[in-house]
Amino acid sequence: MLKLLLIGLKDLKIAFRDRAAIIFMLLTPFLLTIGMGLVTGRFSSNDNSGALNIPIVIVNLDNDSIGDALVEVFSSEELADLLETTTSQDAEAARLLVDEDEITAAIIIPAGFTQNIFSANASQSEEYQIEFYANPSRPTSAGIVKTILDGFMARVDEMRVGGITSVTQLIISGRISPEQANAVAKEMGTRFENNSTDFNETLITLKTSTNQTETNEVDMLAFIAPGMALMFLMYTVSYGGRSILAEKSGGTLTRLLVTPTNSMQILGGKVFGIFLTGAAQMFILVGATSLLFQLQWGNALGVILLVFAAVFGATGWGLLITAFARTPNQVGSVGSAVMLIFGILGGSFFQVQNLPAIAQMFSKITPNAWAMDGFTALAYGGNIASLTTPLLALLTMGIVLFLVSAFLFGRKNLVQK
Amino acid sequence: MTNILEVKELKKNYGDFQAVKGVSFDIKEGEIFSLLGPNGAGKTTTISMLSTLYEPTSGDATVAGHSVKKNPMGVRNAIGVVPQDLALYEDLTAKENLIFWGQMYNLSGKSLASRVDEVLEQIGLTDKAKNKVKTFSGGMKRRVNIGVGLLHKPQLLFMDEPTVGIDPQSRRAILDTVKDLNKQGMTVLYTTHYMEEAEELSDRVGIIDHGELIAIGTQKELTKQVGETETLILHVGENEDPSALVSTLKGLPNVLDANVVNNQISVVTPSAKDVLASVVTKANERGIKIHSIDIREPNLEAVFLHLTGRALRD
Ligand SMILES: Nc1ncnc2c1ncn2[C@@H]1O[C@H](COP(=O)(O)OP(=O)(O)OP(=O)(O)O)[C@@H](O)[C@H]1O
Ligand SMILES: [Mg+2]
Repeated sequence: MLKLLLIGLKDLKIAFRDRAAIIFMLLTPFLLTIGMGLVTGRFSSNDNSGALNIPIVIVNLDNDSIGDALVEVFSSEELADLLETTTSQDAEAARLLVDEDEITAAIIIPAGFTQNIFSANASQSEEYQIEFYANPSRPTSAGIVKTILDGFMARVDEMRVGGITSVTQLIISGRISPEQANAVAKEMGTRFENNSTDFNETLITLKTSTNQTETNEVDMLAFIAPGMALMFLMYTVSYGGRSILAEKSGGTLTRLLVTPTNSMQILGGKVFGIFLTGAAQMFILVGATSLLFQLQWGNALGVILLVFAAVFGATGWGLLITAFARTPNQVGSVGSAVMLIFGILGGSFFQVQNLPAIAQMFSKITPNAWAMDGFTALAYGGNIASLTTPLLALLTMGIVLFLVSAFLFGRKNLVQK
Repeated sequence: MTNILEVKELKKNYGDFQAVKGVSFDIKEGEIFSLLGPNGAGKTTTISMLSTLYEPTSGDATVAGHSVKKNPMGVRNAIGVVPQDLALYEDLTAKENLIFWGQMYNLSGKSLASRVDEVLEQIGLTDKAKNKVKTFSGGMKRRVNIGVGLLHKPQLLFMDEPTVGIDPQSRRAILDTVKDLNKQGMTVLYTTHYMEEAEELSDRVGIIDHGELIAIGTQKELTKQVGETETLILHVGENEDPSALVSTLKGLPNVLDANVVNNQISVVTPSAKDVLASVVTKANERGIKIHSIDIREPNLEAVFLHLTGRALRD
């Protein structure tokens, strides 16, 4: 076991000594992140939102102050680039649009919602909950909408207990208009006086534990930085694969095999070296972008888990490429091609959902797409639970690719007898 | 003295090709044993089987009592290997290479650190320890390559043509290192296609050709096989055609054989000084200019020639 670690560490050391490798592992993705950030205006103005135009439908059956405020927020100028909101009165039709993959989500505010919240004996029952009906095939954009909704709900909840002050804040921040505020404040004041004992109780069931929604704006870097890092992670894993073949042709693999070291430990060490180098690369890029650009990657534990899972899945691809290639150079050129294709398919340049349907399908085989989903969810305040699907997908991908590569390596007689 | 290595009928086929055709020999503790043979003779293949890299097609060998077939790990712990081709990490320094390989031989901590320093001293690279191997000359790389094989003080050291392709000075240093190691008690299996190296180093020599061990013994024992002959070597100019002269020389009394290879005429005789005058006279008669003359005692080259009808190096 120990020798496996030592072999991996040796490879990490060699990779970080190789100037060309440093350029591709760290410098290029970093500079591309800056470059694309500049193009999208991330560094020049406050308008950090790229045009996503996520289609949603709000069914406002409440038609009272909170329902109206919600519609107002979702249709506001500042979210115009992000959302494409239409309103409707037909909940069934809206759900159908989601089912048919026409829109990302439907938000259905039940009749009497405002009334219920501000009444003295407010009810928690289903009929007074806002329904968030999301499209499971668009987890990323649904996550964005959900986050905005959560943010809004958090405000309403705050305002419910905080009274006038919060309303003022809402007006200042432009979340609701003065007229609405008036109505809200009036009712809220009453409610506040009547019932000051239970203001910790949460009546709005949609309110989640999410608390980093100070701004609802999308930081474009939250797409660009992980996209670039993941793309060049593919470089690193093929670099690692190349080093397996280089050790074979350079004689060091043979030499390792005549030391008292189990051959499984030797191969395991090589794989561990790829994993370690990839993880180091990812963490350095995450660290650098959060320090230098104040990029919020989100839940720290989530980021760590996701990085490990992404590197694991990508390492599987590195091994598969190595198993098929005959020379270190072949690994290099195939690796570069795969890096670009996966980068495009996996959302490093365009949002996966803007790609043609067939490309979207193929994006599922890339570690990039799954990890992008995860990173996006985290950037929008997701927790570890919201990573379940990407984590499982990446782990499965890694395991399958490891097994296939092990089989191919075996047939290829990496260790000639 | 006990045998540290016993090889029995070792064979290796690559597909249909028989690279090693059943060799048997022993090495005693404390000896330097050389396998002498031309390119493609099967030296590396033999070492690869003895060091457990390749499984023998048939036959077996034991190193320090461990069978290469049944207990390869036991063998690996007992041996050090200096491969024919350099096997080092060029991006690591000499010292880092030694540390890494020492770890692979289960060394760690203080004992590893002190062994690395000792070995650096031994291969004369203490002052270059912190330089990357890729900045080294061929000779320096060869020395690191040897150093890696010494770290865990193996009972038996395999050295596969460790002097190939380097300058005379580095070669001298390496040969001296091998002799030093042997004085300190290390047993060495040394392969080479340089007769001079085998002569200088070995207690015993095995001559290998086309996968077969064709002779084995001390140098004296081997040269006796060719009889008590000497060889007269005449170096002639490039434009001469000595073939006619060679046939004349063959007819002289006391000349056993005569050959020409490149610009050298070799004359095999029971006594060089007795035929020298007549050989020179015949050459003058043919108008062939002799640049210089060497007299060689019987050597391994002659043994090889005697056994195979070919020169060791062509
Ligand atoms: N992996 C292999 N597959 C097929 N044939 C091989 C293989 N390795 C060696 N051979 C052949 O086996 C024979 C012996 O090779 P080997 O390398 O053992 O010779 P050697 O004595 O070490 O020669 P050299 O002095 O050139 O190193 C050669 O004819 C070589 O071509
Ligand atoms: Mg060889």
